[in-house]
Amino acid sequence: MNKIGKVKEFFIEKLIVICGSLSIIFVILIFIFLAREGLTFFKYESIKDFIFGRNWYPLSNPARFGVLPLILGSVMVTLGAMAISIPLGVACAFYIAEIVNPKMKDILKTGIELLAAIPSVVIGFVGMVTLVPMVKKIFHLPTGLTALSGSIMLAFMAMPTIVSIAEDAITAVPKRYKEAALALGATHWQAIYKVILVAAAPGIFAAIMLGIGRVIGETMAVMMITGNAAVIPHTLLEPVRTLTATIAAEMGEAIRGSNHYYALYAVGIILFIITFVINFIADIFLHRIKK
Amino acid sequence: MNDIIVENLNLWYDKFHALENVSMKINDKKITAIIGPSGCGKSTLLRVFNRMNDLIETVRMEGKIIIDDENILSPETDLVALRKKVGMVFQRPNPFPLSVYKNITFGLEIHGINSEDSFDNIVENSLKSVLLWDDLKDKLKKSALELSLEQQQRLCIARLVAVKPEILLMDEPCSALDPVSTARIEELMIELKKNYSIVIVTHNMQQAARVSDFTAFMYLGELIEYNDTNNIFTRPEKKQTEDYLTGRYG
Repeated sequence: MNKIGKVKEFFIEKLIVICGSLSIIFVILIFIFLAREGLTFFKYESIKDFIFGRNWYPLSNPARFGVLPLILGSVMVTLGAMAISIPLGVACAFYIAEIVNPKMKDILKTGIELLAAIPSVVIGFVGMVTLVPMVKKIFHLPTGLTALSGSIMLAFMAMPTIVSIAEDAITAVPKRYKEAALALGATHWQAIYKVILVAAAPGIFAAIMLGIGRVIGETMAVMMITGNAAVIPHTLLEPVRTLTATIAAEMGEAIRGSNHYYALYAVGIILFIITFVINFIADIFLHRIKK
Repeated sequence: MNDIIVENLNLWYDKFHALENVSMKINDKKITAIIGPSGCGKSTLLRVFNRMNDLIETVRMEGKIIIDDENILSPETDLVALRKKVGMVFQRPNPFPLSVYKNITFGLEIHGINSEDSFDNIVENSLKSVLLWDDLKDKLKKSALELSLEQQQRLCIARLVAVKPEILLMDEPCSALDPVSTARIEELMIELKKNYSIVIVTHNMQQAARVSDFTAFMYLGELIEYNDTNNIFTRPEKKQTEDYLTGRYG
């Protein structure tokens, strides 16, 4: 190799190393920043009061920073969304992977993946205009901005992830399992739920976890349609406020350096921990499949 | 009587004529080997007997195959009942990714069999019939995928035995196994012949000569010669058969 070639090679190699390490450094910096700002809050308030406090009144005097209603709000909306999107999503994945003809399969798969590309603000807007009035009318509520509305719209957002990854897991099940089941006299349905479902279970589980991760981190749509009342919810038909919506709604008005400001970062830490754990579990299962 | 009577069987994959006018009678409680070069239609013929070719969308069949006085090619055939009666062992061992125990009870569950025998007894007897019981009696909860290939193939046979079939189809059952395992599976086949009619497709002519009572030679979708195994290997009537057996093509 000539000299210019060697120099070129050297610089390109270094450039790639820099790009690679930068992306990792940024993530670490963001994490450090989040931890520093969030943990500052606990200099002034106890962790116990924060996590188990039942009131979130950041602007009253004295201010109350109990995050429990927000956690329960997030949990309730997420559970609702899962109750809708898991059965529909997994059934849809089986339909696409096992039942539909190849031509239709391509159309459906592309369609589902397109669904993932809809910006969440658009989903929130559509929900606000169509779903919210419908929920209000059906359940005779004073307002349609409820956890239920949020759950339904979020289910739409989790579905593409669940369907797409679960479908890959089902398609990856070796054909010989299905052949063996059919040759023993199993019907197509028996082969699906007794063999293919079992073999694809880790992948389907990972798909569900990634779907949950998407739902719990979602902000815009839930802010628009869940009503944003920071009270402990008792049913799906009440307004709730999620962790994400709280940060997005209050960050603008919190004075930098105030307790309120640090409290929002502490909420961010909680969110980070939740999504980290969920993605971590999903990852474990995805790796299990690769083996 | 569990003879299989094949009458003027023709089969097409789309436009490709894969089986041409095949007629034969496969005898009860005997081992019948189907041999021939790759692509001659031997696996296709085997897969007609339990209608596994139905999984391929472009397949079209004409003619008759009679098992237990019923034409299994008729559209009214109950495929579930047919496949319970005519079990199949595949080229690559394909146990389910379940425990050894569940692999055997799978067939019982899907057919809703409530015999007086408990599942435990059926599992034990099925494993005994394939000589796996002593090796596996303490490992019934273990995943079947952790077994050796030979054990997996035996388990696949045990899984069939549990639903009490009449005919066993074997599609090159030893091609994934080493010579020692192959010899042991062959012994097992001869043992199983007492209770079942066995049809085996094989690439391996020595295997056909060793285990089978009757041998069918196929070439390009046609049944060239079908006779007593001894006659086929010592006094083949057709020149094509002789050329294949002496290794001139294939």
